[in-house]
Amino acid sequence: MTDQTHSTKPSPEAVAARAVLLGRARWGLPEIAFWAIAFGAFFFMPTKLSLLSEIAILGLLALSIDLVLGYAGIVTLGQGAFFGIGAYAAGLAAKYGAGAAPWSDPLLGLLIAGAAAGLIGLLTSFLVLRGSDLTRLMVTLGVALIVDELVNQMKWLTGGSDGLQGVLPAPVLGVWDFDLYGKTAYLYALGVLFVLFVIARAIVKSPFGLSLQAIKGNPLRARAIGMPVNGRLVAIYTLASVYAGIAGGLAAQTTQFASPDYVAFHRSADALLMLVFGGAGHLYGGLIGSIIFRAMQDYLGNITPQYWQFWLGLTLVALVLFVRGGILGLFAKMRDRVLRKGEPA
Amino acid sequence: MSAPIVLESRQLVKRFGGILATDHVDFRLPEGARHALIGPNGAGKTTFVNQLSGVLKPTSGEIWLGGVDVTDWSARRRAHAGLARTFQINQLFADLTPIETLVLTIAERENAGWACMRAVGARTDFVTEAVQLLEQLGIGEIAHTRVGQLAYGKQRLLEIAVALAQKPKVLLLDEPAAGVPEHEREQILDVVAALPSSVALILIEHDMHLVFRFAKSISVLVNGGLFVEGTPEEIANDPRVRQVYLGEEAVHV
Repeated sequence: MTDQTHSTKPSPEAVAARAVLLGRARWGLPEIAFWAIAFGAFFFMPTKLSLLSEIAILGLLALSIDLVLGYAGIVTLGQGAFFGIGAYAAGLAAKYGAGAAPWSDPLLGLLIAGAAAGLIGLLTSFLVLRGSDLTRLMVTLGVALIVDELVNQMKWLTGGSDGLQGVLPAPVLGVWDFDLYGKTAYLYALGVLFVLFVIARAIVKSPFGLSLQAIKGNPLRARAIGMPVNGRLVAIYTLASVYAGIAGGLAAQTTQFASPDYVAFHRSADALLMLVFGGAGHLYGGLIGSIIFRAMQDYLGNITPQYWQFWLGLTLVALVLFVRGGILGLFAKMRDRVLRKGEPA
Repeated sequence: MSAPIVLESRQLVKRFGGILATDHVDFRLPEGARHALIGPNGAGKTTFVNQLSGVLKPTSGEIWLGGVDVTDWSARRRAHAGLARTFQINQLFADLTPIETLVLTIAERENAGWACMRAVGARTDFVTEAVQLLEQLGIGEIAHTRVGQLAYGKQRLLEIAVALAQKPKVLLLDEPAAGVPEHEREQILDVVAALPSSVALILIEHDMHLVFRFAKSISVLVNGGLFVEGTPEEIANDPRVRQVYLGEEAVHV
C-alpha cells in the first residue's frame, strides 16, 4: 500500500499474476508433439489411414461431449443425434448436389452439417437447462431416440434402414479427390479436427470458457455475480452440437455413406465412454480416448473376435474404479506428485 | 434518516406450505448504511436475504432496489443493478483459483463475460483490480491456489472479495465470520470494518461482538416478522429483545 496505487502502471504483482494466467493458455511441448504425431501418421501408417480417419472423426465427437460435460457439467447421452443429423445433412448435400457446384463441395457440406445440427441443438438446449444429471441423461437420450426413429421412418429422404446411397462429395478445395486409400480422407478429417480443436481450445481458456467451469462448480454463485447462466449453457450446448454435426458430416463424406447406425444409441454411448476413458475436462481426453478405444477394438477384435467387448468393458471398469478422471486425470495426478516433491516442504 | 433509500422491502411475505417464513416485512436501507439483521435461529433471516438477492421468489409483497421495483428480477439482473451478497455457507468455484474467480467476476460486471477468443489474463485492468482486491483482503499469497484447497477462513475472505469485485451499492453479508477459527476472526472483522462507506451494508449475524462493533442500526427478526428496529443502544437496552433473543446473556456496548 504505497503511493503506487495512484500510478496507472500495473504493479509487479499484477504483472506476475497476468503471466501466470496467460501461461495457462500457452501451447505446451506435449501438445505440439501430439499434433505432430497425428499429422506424421499420414506418412508412417499409410495402411491404417481409414482407421485413423475414423479415429479423428470419433475424437471430434468425443471433443464435442467434452465441451458440454467436461466444461459445463451437462451429462449427455444424445450427442449421437447431432452426429447423425450432420451425417445426413452433409450426405444429402453431396448426393443431390453432385455435379451442381457448389452444393457438393465438402467444406460447404460441413457447414450445412454443422448448421443443421446446431439448429436442432439450439432448439433442444432449453431441455437441459433445468434438472439433475439424471433428467439430463433421460432428456438427451430421448431426443436421440426421436431422431433415430425419424431417420428410420423418413425413407423417402434418408433411404431408411438401407442408408443413404450415392454420397459423392466433390474434391476437397476443388483439388483433392477422395481416394480408395483414405489419404485425402485422413488429412481432410484431421485438418478439420485440428482447426475446430484450436477454436475450442481458445474458447475454453477464455472468460466465457472459465465461466462454464464456474457454472459447473456453483450455479448459485454464478447467478449471484451476475452471470447469465442459462445463456451460457445454451451457447455451449449449441456449439457442441455444431461440432458433433460436423463430425457426422465428415463421417458421411469420408465413407460416402450415411446409415441409421450413425444416429444409433451406441454411438452416443461409445463417444461418452471414449471421453471418460481419456478424461473429461482436458480437451485431449476425447482424442486420446478415441485412439485407445478404436485401437483396442481393432486389436482385440483380431485376437478375440467374439469377446473384444468383454475386455474393453473390463478395462473401462478398472479405469473408472481405480483411476478417476481417466488417463489424463492419472497423468495430472502424477505431475502434481512430482511437482510437490520438487517443492520445499 | 434523510439519506435516500437504496434497498427496500414492502409487505414482504414468504410462505413454505403452512409456515410463514417472512411475515409482512417492511424494511428500508438508506445509502451508506451499516445495518445488522439479528434474530434467533429459525427467525427467517436467510430466507429474507434470499428474497432480497433474488434466490427465492416472495409469496407476495415488493422489493425495491435503487428506486426500481425489482420483485420479478432474477438474481443475475439484481447483481448487475448493484446488489451483491455473500453466503452463510461458502458458495465458491472450487476448481478455480481466487485470481480466476475475481477476474471472472469483474469481467461479468463489465459485460465482458462473453469474450471467447481472448485468454483469461488478457485484460490487464481486470487482473490489476483482482490483485489489488486480494491484497486489500490480505489473501494475495493464495492467488493461484485452487479454491477447493484453501483453508476455511481464507475461503470466507474470498467470499467477501467476490462480492466486492462486483462494486456493489448494497452488500448483504450473511454471517461472514461463521465457522471461522478464533485466530482468523479478527482478520474478517477488520475487513468488514474497512469496507468503503459508499456501500450500504446489511450484516446478518449471530456474533454480538461483531454486531455491536460494526452496526449503526439493528433490526431484530422474530418468527419471520420485524420485531423491533433501533440503534445498538436501544436494542441492547430493550427488555423485550433481551427476553426474546438475548435470553440471559449480558450485552455490553
